[in-house]
Amino acid sequence: MDSTSKQKVLLVIFFSIALIYISRLAMMQLFDDSYLRSAQENVLQEQTIYPARGLVYDRKGELLVYNDAIYDLIVIPEQVKGLDTNVFCRVLGIERIDFVQRFEKIKRGVGYAPYRPSVFEKQLTIPIYAAFQEKLFDFPGFYVEVRTDRKYQHSNAAHIMGYIGEVTDRDIEKSEGYYRMGDFKGISGVERSYEEVLRGRKGVRYVLVDSKSRTQGRYKDGMFDTPAVAGQNITLSIDQKLQELGEQLLNNKIGSVVAIEPSTGEILALISMPTYDPNLFVGRQRGNNYMKLLRDPSKPLFNRPLAAPYPPGSIFKVLMSLVGQQEGVLTPNTMYGCYGGYHLGGLTVGCHPHSSPLNLQGAVAVSCNAYFCNVYRSVIDNPKYPNSESAYKKWHDHISSFGVGHKLGVDLYGEGEGFLPPSTYYDKVYGRFHWKSSTTISLAIGQGELGITPLQMANATAVVANRGYYITPHVVKRIDGKFNPNPEYNKKHWTSVDTQYYGVVINGMQDVIERGTGRVAMIPGIEICGKTGTAQNPHGKDHSVFFAFAPKDNPKIAIAVFVENAGFGATWAAPIASLMIEQYLTGKHDTRKYILERMLKGNLVHKNDTATAATQTGKH
Amino acid sequence: MIPQQQQPKPASIDWLILVLYFVFVLGGLLCIYASVYKEDHPMIYDTTMNYGKQLIWIGLSLFIGMLILFVDEKFFYAFAYPIYGITLFLLVAVLLAGTTVKGSSSWIEIGGFRMQPAEFAKFGAALALAKYLSGFNIKFKERKTQIIAFTISFLPLFIILFQNETGSALVFGSFIFVLYREGLPGWILFLGFAVIVLSVLALLVPALYLCIAIGVLAALFTLVIRRNRQNVLTVIGVAAIMMIYVNSVDYVFEHVLQAHQKSRINVLLGKEVDLKGAGYNVMQSKIAIGSGGFFGKGFLEGTQNKFRFVPEQSTDFIFCTIGEEYGFLGSFFFIMMYMLLLWRILFLAERQRYKFNRIYGYSVASILFFHFLINIGMTLGLMPVIGIPLPFISYGGSSLLSFTILLFIFIRLDANKVNELRGAFD
Repeated sequence: MDSTSKQKVLLVIFFSIALIYISRLAMMQLFDDSYLRSAQENVLQEQTIYPARGLVYDRKGELLVYNDAIYDLIVIPEQVKGLDTNVFCRVLGIERIDFVQRFEKIKRGVGYAPYRPSVFEKQLTIPIYAAFQEKLFDFPGFYVEVRTDRKYQHSNAAHIMGYIGEVTDRDIEKSEGYYRMGDFKGISGVERSYEEVLRGRKGVRYVLVDSKSRTQGRYKDGMFDTPAVAGQNITLSIDQKLQELGEQLLNNKIGSVVAIEPSTGEILALISMPTYDPNLFVGRQRGNNYMKLLRDPSKPLFNRPLAAPYPPGSIFKVLMSLVGQQEGVLTPNTMYGCYGGYHLGGLTVGCHPHSSPLNLQGAVAVSCNAYFCNVYRSVIDNPKYPNSESAYKKWHDHISSFGVGHKLGVDLYGEGEGFLPPSTYYDKVYGRFHWKSSTTISLAIGQGELGITPLQMANATAVVANRGYYITPHVVKRIDGKFNPNPEYNKKHWTSVDTQYYGVVINGMQDVIERGTGRVAMIPGIEICGKTGTAQNPHGKDHSVFFAFAPKDNPKIAIAVFVENAGFGATWAAPIASLMIEQYLTGKHDTRKYILERMLKGNLVHKNDTATAATQTGKH
Repeated sequence: MIPQQQQPKPASIDWLILVLYFVFVLGGLLCIYASVYKEDHPMIYDTTMNYGKQLIWIGLSLFIGMLILFVDEKFFYAFAYPIYGITLFLLVAVLLAGTTVKGSSSWIEIGGFRMQPAEFAKFGAALALAKYLSGFNIKFKERKTQIIAFTISFLPLFIILFQNETGSALVFGSFIFVLYREGLPGWILFLGFAVIVLSVLALLVPALYLCIAIGVLAALFTLVIRRNRQNVLTVIGVAAIMMIYVNSVDYVFEHVLQAHQKSRINVLLGKEVDLKGAGYNVMQSKIAIGSGGFFGKGFLEGTQNKFRFVPEQSTDFIFCTIGEEYGFLGSFFFIMMYMLLLWRILFLAERQRYKFNRIYGYSVASILFFHFLINIGMTLGLMPVIGIPLPFISYGGSSLLSFTILLFIFIRLDANKVNELRGAFD
């Protein structure tokens, strides 16, 4: 081989390598787009923009719920350099050992990387945040991230507001990609039922990041970004002042109040005692507070007005009066005698002393047990129907049309059904055709197997106030300034009892307040129609019950009050209802100081105070 | 016919090489600028940034390059051995008193500057080899000549291996091309090729299977040529040597190589996917280059480089910047220009009258080719990750300065060919 051909051999080797490399480049750069995709994955990061959650106002426009900034301390471990641990711990108010442990915990966390931000401390208090902000430049690798959390202006109405909390794995699955780990959503109250309205829509921002996940700028000047849409504000039908008063009056008692505007179905107040401060579900003690409330034997988390079934008591006498008339077995002039109760064979339903015999209005006014037992018998034993069963079914339908025994469809989570036994229930207990009016006679006076929730009772009261219909109760009046679009909240549900039959019953209810058992509820200048109830309770002392609406003509408020184990309806429930009616209609509640004082001071929870309660019972 | 010039004049300098040199150095500066670009340091002469420092090195290199052009050409011939001696001394000195940077103890610190003597040993060895082989009455066919030539070429290789700088050490292997040109038989080149293929196979296939395969092949060969007894013996001998070699490769791999070297080789052979170490570098390098497309993303628009996905991107992986920002077009253009430079050096080397000049020229081309082979191959995932710079392009003072000296000595030697012609006709 001569020397020039050796030169050629070398050149061939050089150019062969060049050719191999050029082919390789062509393969990678021209015919394979997986590198381009990988490059995009490398640098493109999808960032979520969280919208502000909708605000909540009361019916008068007072702000109830807003968003508050919270400050999380974030650390990028790799960037921590020359940290003076002593100063750091002093500013943050933690021990050195805590500091070390926290770092270890961060390192054990899922998805940990030294160049990725990790939460070092959640939700700094404002003073610590301020102190920290001042020294931030001394602590490289640490920074504060601002998020928002809910803040409740008043510490009441917890059962209406509800609270928000972190989504669970199931929520994430069910949301079809909306929620991500660490997102917040409404867990109860309107926060839950109006979650989709309040939360708005998350936005997306595409940013370029470097190899250490540090943001380096927008992708294509934000061409593919979608802005976040803020949540809509909602206006509750709740009257904050009324709600507040109700909670004060029920303080140290167990019970419920529901007040409804009869013409609209708007809930004006919804009180569940014992309650809690909704701000307990804000901030870093959220989890601890939740566990505490969950373990509390008085069950503050239980939404009594929506879910607790009580024996209905006297409301059923009102309903019996209406059903009897509708069925044609009762007229305003029908008279029944009362001989200390209702007697039939060996069965006795006792009654308290009053004049006798009575017509319908009088019977409502004095709440005569015997009278309504007779009415119930005449309904069930009505010869119009072939047997008790079909008559009972008819009765059941009538009562059911008042919204009793089934969910009404309130816009709050956790509504109960109550219990209105269907005929099959008795078939099961006694056998088909083996029961009759006398077997179920206690239904006549609202006792027995019945269960009614305070919401249902307030709603039934609203039906009477409306002379025949109700609109599904709801707490959200407006969404983003416009009326609640749910058609249910604008629809009259007529009962199966004609309007003409209500007058006499309403007169009877007026008599209750003006010369009957409910005189304590009387307010000069306001025509109140109401009825006391003393619901027998197998578990202890009777529940004090009162329901009423006012004014008699063109009613503005229908209210139902339950005070558990408190005795006569007139003792606790009636004064509370009266004060709240006065507050709602006149804006004042202190014209009858002695009643107000007694209610505010009444303590039925702590047993050493029961003596006071007992002396008061005489006054009804 | 006879040129009358007494002094080398600018016209006799090879302008093509000089222009290519400037294109590479300035293009390299732009690539370094793009790969370490930070918005708060936009000035290219910002000496706190790598590109600012590189600018200083370019200035220094040009100054020294100019000096070389004005030195008498006999200087290099005369001082070839002392220069080689000094670089060898520095290589040993660095072993004893060097500074360790990134696991390799190949640095000497003088004042604020760090220097890698291994870079300078390249032209030292090239000069010494050229002087020795061009010596009077030297015949490459003699065993003694061969041993001395190999010693001059590969002595630095072993010293540098001790510095833990495998990449720089292997560069001295490129002298095999020079020796081939000067009379080393062609079969040695092919032996080298066979060794590489066998090595790769030995690493991929268990040694036992490979030995069985060699045995079977040898047996088949023997069957075919069994009449020629001597050839049969040769085949058996070659097979035996191959088996021993395969097993020793296995042994070296398992017991001599260090963990990171083993890992790099495994990743290259596809036996291991190590996305945190060497595999990560290669993957990111390929992503950067592959995402460049035909035209590239444009100057300072290469996201993978700009956002630091490619490690060592201003030094060993500088080609990623070319691939990503200038695409296939830019890469192709670069490779062709590089080939043009190599061709030009070999072309001029063959035209030299003095053997010394020719051998030196072949050394320059071989060294530049070896860097190209390893460096670009590494970024394309075709070669193991061996950290050696891309000549003239990569960031690094020692490397730029040593390549400048290496090339400019050749330009200086070449500029005298006219005088040599005259001398030849005298």
